[in-house]
Amino acid sequence: MAVQAKKAPSEPKHPLDDLIRTDRMPHIWCPGCGIGTVFSSCLHAMLASGIDLDKTVMVSGIGCSGRGAGYAKVDSFHTTHGRAIPFATGMKVANPDLHMIVFSGDGDLFAIGGNHFIHAARRNIDMTVICINNFNYGMTGGQVAATTPSLARTTTTPLGNPDSPFNLPLLAYASGATYVARWTMLHTREVTDSIQTCLTRKGFSFVEVLAPCPVNYGRRNKERPLDTLKMYQDKTIIKNGANPAELGVDFKKRVVLGTFVDVERPTFTETYDKLYHKE
Amino acid sequence: MSNPAVLTGEHYMTGDEACAEGGLAAGCQFFGGYPITPATEIAEHMSSRLPQAGGTYIQMEDEIAAMASILGASWAGKKSMTSTSGPGFSLMMENIGLGICTETPCVVVNVQRAGPSTGLPTLGAQGDMMQARWGSHGHYEIIAFAPMSPQEMFYHTIEAFNLSEKYRLPVLIMSDEIIGHMSEKVIIPDAKKIKTFERVKPKGRKDRFKPYETTAYGVAPMPAAGDGYRVHITGLTHDDRGYPAMSPEAQEIMMTRLIGKIQNNLDDIIRTEQYLMDDADICIVSYGASARTAYAAVEDARRDGIKVGLLRLITVWPFPDALVQELSRRVKAFVTVEMNMGQIHREVERCACGRAQAVLVGHAGGAIIPPEKVYAALKELTLKKKK
Amino acid sequence: MDFWRVPLDAEEVIVSRGIVHFVEDRCKGCGYCIQFCPKKILQTSTRFNKKSYHPPEVTKPEECVNCHFCEIICPELAIYSVEAPGSEPGEAQQPDDAGDTCCPPVK
Repeated sequence: MAVQAKKAPSEPKHPLDDLIRTDRMPHIWCPGCGIGTVFSSCLHAMLASGIDLDKTVMVSGIGCSGRGAGYAKVDSFHTTHGRAIPFATGMKVANPDLHMIVFSGDGDLFAIGGNHFIHAARRNIDMTVICINNFNYGMTGGQVAATTPSLARTTTTPLGNPDSPFNLPLLAYASGATYVARWTMLHTREVTDSIQTCLTRKGFSFVEVLAPCPVNYGRRNKERPLDTLKMYQDKTIIKNGANPAELGVDFKKRVVLGTFVDVERPTFTETYDKLYHKE
Repeated sequence: MSNPAVLTGEHYMTGDEACAEGGLAAGCQFFGGYPITPATEIAEHMSSRLPQAGGTYIQMEDEIAAMASILGASWAGKKSMTSTSGPGFSLMMENIGLGICTETPCVVVNVQRAGPSTGLPTLGAQGDMMQARWGSHGHYEIIAFAPMSPQEMFYHTIEAFNLSEKYRLPVLIMSDEIIGHMSEKVIIPDAKKIKTFERVKPKGRKDRFKPYETTAYGVAPMPAAGDGYRVHITGLTHDDRGYPAMSPEAQEIMMTRLIGKIQNNLDDIIRTEQYLMDDADICIVSYGASARTAYAAVEDARRDGIKVGLLRLITVWPFPDALVQELSRRVKAFVTVEMNMGQIHREVERCACGRAQAVLVGHAGGAIIPPEKVYAALKELTLKKKK
Repeated sequence: MDFWRVPLDAEEVIVSRGIVHFVEDRCKGCGYCIQFCPKKILQTSTRFNKKSYHPPEVTKPEECVNCHFCEIICPELAIYSVEAPGSEPGEAQQPDDAGDTCCPPVK
């Protein structure tokens, strides 16, 4: 066979193998977990974007999504719960040449980390924030989160969630994020393209990716993993440029996906340098 | 200005300003700040001086973010610091723990005020000393300075950076509102005379580098993000590759390293000053603003023939166990002078181990202790002895 | 592929062909690749991997069009496709069974 070199049957090389810590595989995510797919899409985007991967840093918080940083073969930092964004802010401001990717979950970024998210967006710190939204706190067993749909069952809302969830693209837009998109992990190519755009543009870029959590969220809400993916296929519609106020997640109706915000605004470093580092 | 970071000359400045200048002289390039009385002036001074020295000041949204940001900046290769007071110090604790576990150099200044809670924002105290030692969860070692003047605020900040970069951990400066807000003469020497320590960077093959493989004195070289070493750094218990390692054995190995690098280098880290201790029967133990009281009390007592000396703690943590144990065999009593209800007093008592009496001259906080109070305690001790 | 109307350039277009490879021990049996393969050429095998999951196997290797969807949907990074060696336009592909043990045809 001319094209493919003969490899030992036990160790073929996956195209992303140079960018993952293969000595730590298989990773800890459950069978059917959407995080792995988003992680894969993110790595594809990193390769396709052409950015210098030696100068790319992945920062995460605590949670299942937070474990992603541990598998990426770039400088990666697994920080405290909710504090990935200020850590990344300090790193970026100290060395603006670095490409910062914050890869974390909905609980980490929007509950405990909510304040840090809105301020980094307000400041337009040049970083890419990828939120894998699986509607609960997966790592700790499936508790209710700020993004859990109304009436859903979780371990801490056994009779149904009394709260309403965040509309994350609206939150990001209102805080001043300059790029806001939402996809599901099934929309792998769109996720990859979005992340690639984020990596090559300047400013605070936010991508929300809906993902199944079969063992915790799915199991308690009568969703087998393929049921969730079917929902992603049937109940979503792509509307680029939709009004962020109309992007609430309700799978009983329709969930809107797409790129909603893509604007230019001076970043923190650009403005700071103009004011304070005029040489 | 030849070196904009070093304001060489004679100045009349507050402790807070001197602290900021010390940070600049040490090579600080990043300050993640948040305002809080009585430390606000450090942030304000830094916000204008740091960019002049080529660095960046950013005001974060809270102290938790401030502490996280200085850890990030440190991993970007820059010397970083922040400042706060009691309530902010409490908020920073979790991330101080992250700094300790990931071995991240940085400096945290706590200009103490009376607590607990909102307390007395504009009045000094020394009530956070035990929190400095144990405030974060888990068991760990910490280094903490206690400057007693604006001049010392300048020098201790430089020393704090040096120890922080050498031993790779957050180092604390436990100042207080009295020192922070007082104005005194501060002499800033020529830049050439200021000794700074630059963190050890790795050499050799980048793909074989292990971020926690230690060198002779127990500390691993530290790459910066973007240098191409592609390290993974986590707050989870980790092995020498930096990968999470979930076992008691791995915990033992990591803790031995974290605690050992301080415990095995106490001679290099602990700084104390003794005054008139050679023939002393009573040893006053003090630090920070209270040491000013203590010096005055020693002078007063000696004038009346009381054989008292002073052990001043320049670094309060690690506590000089061995020295206090040795002194406890020579003196009859220790008098700890501090603006709290007995935090370092307990340490003294522990090390004295019954060999010498341990007395506290303290209060709930809010004002410097008048030397008369210390003198009264010394007098009472000498009367007791005569009985 | 069955066409309702045959495109005018059907003879010239080269349909890409792929060969599916597995990193078997990473597979956790989620079934996404099997469900979403557009050519429906994957199925669960009966063999076990190191973690006791049933990895997938290729049923009709000659039908793989190298769309990479299994590769990009797999959460475990356990499956990928590579381009098969070139072919003449319009010809059916012969299965490549010359010692490539990575995707053995189903017996």
